[in-house]
Amino acid sequence: RRRQHSASCRELAVRCPRLQLRSLSAVTSAVWLAAYGLFVLSENSMVLSAAIFITLIGLIIYLHFVKIDQESLLVIGSLGIQVTSSYASGKESTTFIEMGQVKDVVINEAIHMQKVIYYLCILLQDPGDPQRVSEVVPLFQSSKPRLDCLIEVYKSCQEILEQRKTAPQSS
Amino acid sequence: MVLKVFFPSCCSSAESGILIGRWISEQNSAVILAVVHFPFIPVQVKQYLSEVQRVTKVSVSVLGSWNNSKQEKEESLSEFLEDLGTIFSHEPWIQISKEGDSKFWSCSTLQKHSNNPKEEEIILVYYDQRKVMLSHLHPPLDTATSTDHKADDASKLSAIFDTVAKSRILFMTDRYDDGPIKLTHWQSDGVEASIIVELMKQASVPVCMLLTFLLSLISGICRSRVLKFWPLSFLWSKLSTCEQLGHRLQHLQVIISNKKAQNQTQLMRKANIFVSLLIDVALGILLMSWLYRKNRIGHLADTLIPVADHVAEELQDLLQWLMGAPAGLKMNRALDQVLGRFFLYHIHLWISYIHLMSPFIEMILWYVGLSACLGLTVALCILSDIIALLTFHIYCFYVYGARLYCLKIYGLSSLWRLFRGKKWNVLRQRVDSCSYDLDQLFIGTLLFTILLFLLPTTALYYLVFTLLRLLVVIVQGLIHLLVDLIDSLPLYSIILRLCRSYRLAAGVKFRVLEQQDGKPLRLLMQINPLSYSSVVQTYRLPTYSCYPKDSWTSLCKKLFLGELIYPWKHKGEKQD
Repeated sequence: RRRQHSASCRELAVRCPRLQLRSLSAVTSAVWLAAYGLFVLSENSMVLSAAIFITLIGLIIYLHFVKIDQESLLVIGSLGIQVTSSYASGKESTTFIEMGQVKDVVINEAIHMQKVIYYLCILLQDPGDPQRVSEVVPLFQSSKPRLDCLIEVYKSCQEILEQRKTAPQSS
Repeated sequence: MVLKVFFPSCCSSAESGILIGRWISEQNSAVILAVVHFPFIPVQVKQYLSEVQRVTKVSVSVLGSWNNSKQEKEESLSEFLEDLGTIFSHEPWIQISKEGDSKFWSCSTLQKHSNNPKEEEIILVYYDQRKVMLSHLHPPLDTATSTDHKADDASKLSAIFDTVAKSRILFMTDRYDDGPIKLTHWQSDGVEASIIVELMKQASVPVCMLLTFLLSLISGICRSRVLKFWPLSFLWSKLSTCEQLGHRLQHLQVIISNKKAQNQTQLMRKANIFVSLLIDVALGILLMSWLYRKNRIGHLADTLIPVADHVAEELQDLLQWLMGAPAGLKMNRALDQVLGRFFLYHIHLWISYIHLMSPFIEMILWYVGLSACLGLTVALCILSDIIALLTFHIYCFYVYGARLYCLKIYGLSSLWRLFRGKKWNVLRQRVDSCSYDLDQLFIGTLLFTILLFLLPTTALYYLVFTLLRLLVVIVQGLIHLLVDLIDSLPLYSIILRLCRSYRLAAGVKFRVLEQQDGKPLRLLMQINPLSYSSVVQTYRLPTYSCYPKDSWTSLCKKLFLGELIYPWKHKGEKQD
């Protein structure tokens, strides 16, 4: 899903698979069955209420800290790149990287277990030392889009980054 | 290149006038600080700006014109505003105009001396002036190490934050004042101040002076020569309570000093220490009131003696067990009896000592409990010291057992070398071969055999007492860990992050607002606050104790060889 706002600003968003009702009910019923078994063994009703409590807390923690709903990339030419991940509970965590620190946006390959995966990453540079890559920031970690999607995102980013390279020469 | 205009969101409803701010040419961006309204005299505006520039060292200048017309476009006004561009020569001259109540403004620039007449793209970024002024930008921790590039490549954002923060004096006068200049900025809706804060500021000066005087008295007493005689100074260094009190005294000195905090970190540190002390004392007083209500401290004193008795009895049982056949191992009867009786006598002495002290315990405890009002950390330190005093006999046993074992091991190793015909050369610090006489070899072999067969007994005693000592050390260590935590937690910073999160900024985030074709891009800049873990890491207060300095392998080696272990060494103590 992409939205173009102007000549020098693009927003690209990738959506993650939603929380499945099947897996949620499977986990809940497993926990409650185990609690019921313990209750039968120990005759203590606290076990049941503790199990309910644990399930609720666990679900809240999972939704707020673990499950990512959508990841988006906002590229503003001459200002910087902003990476946002929004969680299932509505929380958003954002990182903004200034244009002076961005060297390039590339697609990298990695060998993970038995297959080769592609991921998009931003190469950062130290402003005082433009030749050296100081850090690599991988993008779209949780949504893991496939190569065709990555290529589209890559092309959009490169269009904007090229403007940055041509601009200082013209003015 | 793209022109970026940072516009304060509070000026969106201001009357027409001219824009003043700072132009950053390396980044092609203009930071607008305020709007000056009509009527004004250009000369006075220039004078005022040069004065402001002199005070704040920020190059403030007139950047452009702002046209807020409620009705249809007024041609005369816009022409007048264009003519202003010739009076205040600034390149490029920015013109922003807003029609009626529409959200989309038109923004254009006039370049007089440019070579290429290309249409520049303009990005309009709104920012909340008050929040940006108050916030403090934290660079990511790894870039803070490279300080040689700081002057040239200061990040763009910090330049913007700096500009707004340093221009505080500009925000003192606003359009309701009667001066020659009428400004609009974030304080135009009324200067913010609080009576309580002002009163506290006035009252704090004499209070600080009084406290400084008291503190110098107390530290003078502490440093007097009387307390430095050998037994007393040894005692002070061993008791952790005195360390903690000294630490707190240092903190108080930091807060009360009259010097104003230089920069942000010092201010935060002072505030953290102040809040931490306050919470500590409050918790201590709470604890004290809980202890003294229903005379709980009397009950505590009553149970102390039976507990000490119980511990001593358990130790006696343990020794009886060791003197028999512990865990099925066969001990050397004579050595066993000697060691066992020795330790039993020691315990007997200890029990009589405790019984001697028992009438005074309640009174001592009552007065010692009063000192909990100095803080919860002091109370915890006292607890740790009491535990150390009560288990002093375990410490003694550990030392005896360790020394015996250590002697045995050294004897064994040196006689083993004799077995093989080698000797330890002290001069060269290495093992050399040596030819022994026959009688030396004979005695050496005898002694070696004796020591070897007595080894299991001593080793068992050593093991048992070392385990007991380690238990006590672990309990004390946990208490010290808690004290450390209370000492070093930056509570003020955490509360600030919770309530006013814009003051601790890790960066910014941009949100794209509604767009319209042909108009410049509109973005909203908001402050991205620091995460809690980086807040704690950046603003931690330093503590006086350090963690076990031995790694696990060296600890095991020391245990094996029988050397005494001192796991919790304080910083500043001389190593023996």
